[in-house]
Amino acid sequence: MSTREKVGWGIGGLIIIIYCLFPVAWIVSLSFKSSDDIANGQFLPTAFSGANYEQILVGDAAGLFLPALVNSFGICLIATFISCLLSMFAAYAIARLDFPGKKIILSTALAVAIFPVISIVTPLFNLWRQIGLYNTWPGLIIPYLSLTLPISIWTLSAFFREIPWEMEQAAQVDGATPWQAFRKVIVPLAAPGVFTTAIIAFFLAWNDFVYGISLTSTEAARPVPAALGLFSGASQFESPNGPIAAAALIVTIPVIVLVLLFQRRIVAGLTNGAVKG
Amino acid sequence: MASIEMSHIVKKYGDGFPAVNDVSLDIADGEFMILVGPSGCGKSTLLRMIVGLEDITSGDMVIAGNRVNDKAPRDRNLSMVFQNYALYPHLTVYENIAFPLRLAKVPDDEVRRRVDEAADVLELREHLERKPANLSGGQRQRVAMGRAIVRAADAFLFDEPLSNLDAKLRGQMRTEIARLQRRLGITTVYVTHDQTEAMTLGDRVCVLRKGVIQQVASPRELYEQPVNLFVAGFIGSPPMNFLPASVSGNALQTPFGAIELDEERAKKVSGHDLLLVGIRPEYFEDASLVDEAKKPRGTTFTARVDVTEWLGDAQYAYIPYEAPADVTEQLKELSRELDSDQLRTQAVVSIDSTSRIREGREAEFWLDTRKVHVFDPKTGENLTRDAEAGRRLTEEAAEDRIEQVERAKV
Repeated sequence: MSTREKVGWGIGGLIIIIYCLFPVAWIVSLSFKSSDDIANGQFLPTAFSGANYEQILVGDAAGLFLPALVNSFGICLIATFISCLLSMFAAYAIARLDFPGKKIILSTALAVAIFPVISIVTPLFNLWRQIGLYNTWPGLIIPYLSLTLPISIWTLSAFFREIPWEMEQAAQVDGATPWQAFRKVIVPLAAPGVFTTAIIAFFLAWNDFVYGISLTSTEAARPVPAALGLFSGASQFESPNGPIAAAALIVTIPVIVLVLLFQRRIVAGLTNGAVKG
Repeated sequence: MASIEMSHIVKKYGDGFPAVNDVSLDIADGEFMILVGPSGCGKSTLLRMIVGLEDITSGDMVIAGNRVNDKAPRDRNLSMVFQNYALYPHLTVYENIAFPLRLAKVPDDEVRRRVDEAADVLELREHLERKPANLSGGQRQRVAMGRAIVRAADAFLFDEPLSNLDAKLRGQMRTEIARLQRRLGITTVYVTHDQTEAMTLGDRVCVLRKGVIQQVASPRELYEQPVNLFVAGFIGSPPMNFLPASVSGNALQTPFGAIELDEERAKKVSGHDLLLVGIRPEYFEDASLVDEAKKPRGTTFTARVDVTEWLGDAQYAYIPYEAPADVTEQLKELSRELDSDQLRTQAVVSIDSTSRIREGREAEFWLDTRKVHVFDPKTGENLTRDAEAGRRLTEEAAEDRIEQVERAKV
């Protein structure tokens, strides 16, 4: 690459990075502004203040935010775990077995994934109230599975297809039952795929707002995105933008941590050396 | 230790196409059997039916006296080396080799002892703690073999195990496999499309074509007494030359002159108008280098040489010839089936490496007519095959094998 090209690529990359990260930077700065400062029209706060964090962690808004944080973590982790487990079996069957209706399962999964959430939330609201799932953890976990399962099945079946058939056949010849072959050979090999899938599923559930606001009414099950929408200022004349920014940053942290943690495990090329090199 | 008996094995896929058609084959205890044939001949399918990875449509598969048609692979006690090795990338070499033992819940110290033993045989000691990704092709191949021998399996199955190695390593591993098999004395079935492997490794070789067995015999019998055009063309490198010929009296008229046949063979070929004469490249020689005493046993002819290839230890000359259109078509068909694409009708001739014959010149060749075979172009059948001589060759090979196994046991 010539110097000119390098400079060109550098500038292009920089523009994209600024475009992507500037709003995030703005939220960071916003979260450190005091309530008088919020509308000052400047990027940096005149004085750094921890008041917003104080408010959501120990102050007025803590009652709203902290239980929501617990709910979000609990509900999303459970939903992710269930969807990974289920989709692992489903995807394995789809990738390996020949059974009637395979295509239908895949296309149904896709259809569910593209189905607008808003169109099923009203019937769900009524149904949940009838059967007592309204404003409970399972009441959110179940609809979250409808978000996370289709994409998990698709990504995982792609991963399973990548694993050479011979791996499993070799295990069978070596004396493994189909279940042992799955557990001792296929699952370890698919681990990077499972982690990738888990991250995607977790984000989908973590980011949900519509289900969260519609199917909950108290801190018994309300997740963070819904709780953020219910923030209010110290008085009705103050906007709650500062605390919202602070809360938004706090809920972003687990996502970033997750990516950093799992990044190491999502190593393509784990299967290197399995078959001819 | 076990014999493998197959009777009337058929494999049909969903579309009704028989990939393996009525194969009956007995493999003796301790025998090294090669399944060979061009791609798509059903050799791998047959192997996978033995090991149980492929269902058997009909017929009986009997291993060590038990019918195993409905048994799962894990219940057949066979071990297999796959073409791409199929090592477990998340396990170390040690755990890869130990895998079958771990599944069988063998105690730890026993596992260590047997893995070490296998590692010593295959010289893998210093690699035991490494992952397969960090090994070379040959080392991976040895790990795959280690996984196969660590268990006291009834038979070894190899599915083109050397095809991913480079030529030099392939030669080394080939002798290694032969030595190992003799030492362990275990029944072995080995699939390959490489005829060098087929000729050097096998006690007997089974040549398959489109799912049907053509001939099962020792390499020598296949080479010297092939049963038909297909086997004759498949075994040998460079391949046998097929020249069109017509009968006149006791002689065959070929593009390279008349070939006199003895009484017995002349009788066998009479009554056909068009025939194919099969001549191996080494039956030819530069006429100027042939001993005068030997000359009367063959014929001499002159031909123009198209190309010569000098290989150091040998030299090949290519001689184009004219052939009737239908024969040309049939030869092309045959070469396509044998996975090669012969574009022109030419004879490959092996001459002494000191020969001064050069391209583009007329030269005089001598042809040893004693061993030529004559084929019926319509059926492909070898009209001059001496079944008795063939049987003797295979019997000799069987005796050699028994002797070798006995010697390995001592």
